[in-house]
Amino acid sequence: MLWKCFKMAINSVISNKMRSLLTMLGIIIGITAVISLVSLMSGLTSEVTDAFEEVGIEAISVAVTDRADTIELPVEHVDELAQKYPDIIQGYSPSVTMPAYIKDGTESVMSSATGVNEQYIDLYGYKIEYGRGITYIDVERMQKVCVIGTYIAKEFFDGDALGKTLQITGTPYKVVGIIEERSDSEKDSDDDCIYVPYTVAAHTVHSSKISRYIVYATNQETVEAAETLIEQLCDKDIGDDDYYTVIAMKAIAESLTSILDSMGAVLIAIAAISLVVAGIGIMNIMLVSVTERTREIGIRKSLGAKQRDILSQFIMEAGMLSCIGGVIGIAFGSLLAVGAGKLLDMNVLPTPASIIVSFTVSAAIGVFFGFMPAKKAAELNPIDALRYD
Amino acid sequence: MTPLVELKDVYKIYKMGDTSVHALDGISLTIEKGEFVAIVGQSGSGKSTCMNIIGCLDVATKGTYKLNGRRIGNYSQDELAEIRNKMLGFIFQQYNLIPKLTVLENVQLPLLYAGMRESEQRARALASLERVGLKAKAGNYPSQLSGGQQQRVSIARALAGEPSVILADEPTGALDSRTGREVMMFLQKLNREGNTIILVTHDNSIAARAKRIVRITDGRIVYDGPVEGDVTVMQMHGAGEEAPEDEKAKGAT
Repeated sequence: MLWKCFKMAINSVISNKMRSLLTMLGIIIGITAVISLVSLMSGLTSEVTDAFEEVGIEAISVAVTDRADTIELPVEHVDELAQKYPDIIQGYSPSVTMPAYIKDGTESVMSSATGVNEQYIDLYGYKIEYGRGITYIDVERMQKVCVIGTYIAKEFFDGDALGKTLQITGTPYKVVGIIEERSDSEKDSDDDCIYVPYTVAAHTVHSSKISRYIVYATNQETVEAAETLIEQLCDKDIGDDDYYTVIAMKAIAESLTSILDSMGAVLIAIAAISLVVAGIGIMNIMLVSVTERTREIGIRKSLGAKQRDILSQFIMEAGMLSCIGGVIGIAFGSLLAVGAGKLLDMNVLPTPASIIVSFTVSAAIGVFFGFMPAKKAAELNPIDALRYD
Repeated sequence: MTPLVELKDVYKIYKMGDTSVHALDGISLTIEKGEFVAIVGQSGSGKSTCMNIIGCLDVATKGTYKLNGRRIGNYSQDELAEIRNKMLGFIFQQYNLIPKLTVLENVQLPLLYAGMRESEQRARALASLERVGLKAKAGNYPSQLSGGQQQRVSIARALAGEPSVILADEPTGALDSRTGREVMMFLQKLNREGNTIILVTHDNSIAARAKRIVRITDGRIVYDGPVEGDVTVMQMHGAGEEAPEDEKAKGAT
């Protein structure tokens, strides 16, 4: 019986191709919009999350902002804190940015180097491909050594950089290590980097004080605890919280994703309105169809069709229309999402959940908006229906 | 033996504003199994209302109607549908085949609604089509058949459910006289095979093919008896056999 109903519904959809297509158009557009938007938003969210995960979601950035150069958060204090709470703080590194003019033959190239300690490269999860990283000895003795990314190695040494000398703002630095390629070895990518001991960098920029630190919590759960510890330290050393900022990457990531989530929700709500309009379109066409087929309904009833037989026939038809529309919409939406992902250079794929939900919603729209016309058909009086021309 | 169809003092009253119209004005009628009865009357006489009640498409306002001993009272639409499905076979003037369905599917319809298995539906429908000599056309659509053939398909559909009563409403109305005669001969053959047939018509020459005539005028039975006796009634009421009379009556409604 159900199968027969299904076949009748398919026949009816096929025999009115043009009308069926126009009716489905609303659902197609609505579902296309929902699928592509959901996919894009989730692509964007994972892009953001990935970006943060690269830096490390456990990272906490500490900055001392003092123009007078009198306030200080000494390295020893941060080090002490890290020693004292090994299960909360995984490690830390000062971060001193140093402008760097690199001599390439006759011309100078503007770049920048970062002064770090021996933990930095490990904390960021960088891998040394050749040579070694910055060591404690380098920091203590202020040795003029550097670890470089593959872009620098390729650009200035044709890949063979280890043991050579790099001229940074007139000072020769010995290349002791090369970091494994992380991006595409192009300028301004992750591979365009130079690391030197922070003591050297601080000396170069004529500052004995360190104004920026990166602290890593042991894992995502201890980020808040680590943040509190650092804030307490800053409070003790600096006092006025106008002079320092402690920002956890996790908090930034969370607020960004929550903004993206609510943006996505608004977009989907707008797309959902088009689905309601589509449902009304289906209801309209089903009402026309019931009127057109009054005689057929009369015949079926005279032969013994019960109300629920007629009801299920018309609901099945409305459901069929919206389900086919839903499937086409899912296909279009997925294509659109993947295309947009290619264009924006993002990894955008429709999630299985969004596909299942879209299909269910389109089926539900058909049943919901098909119910009223179907009920009208089911309640027709067989005598009047038989006489209808 | 209980009569197949038993109408006892049946009224059908339609309210139209303040006035009420008596479409049936106290009809009593008994039809036994195996009869071939023609209910004759002009348009507006009440014969269609009478058929609707016998066919369980409508219920009487007053009086009792028993079909196969079962009283058809205040049943719901669905219950009436089930009774129609099990006990009645309809043949309509306009054939009333569903154009989108094949001949076979059309004949299967009452069996489908009876909840029969698909394979059994097919077998029964094909057997029924064979009886009307149209088994070869099972896969065709109604529009590919002639009027006479379509009417035979609708007869096959009426027979498929093995009903107690076959109700034919102007079965020859849309056919030319030759095919109309063929259809009537077929109905006579079915009657000889033991089927109870109730024919509703305005056409006296068609009615004459039945065994018994029930003539209805203004909602009352004015003659009920064998065909042979009907001639006098016809003369008394001046209801001519000529078509023009009927045409006029049709035009008036």
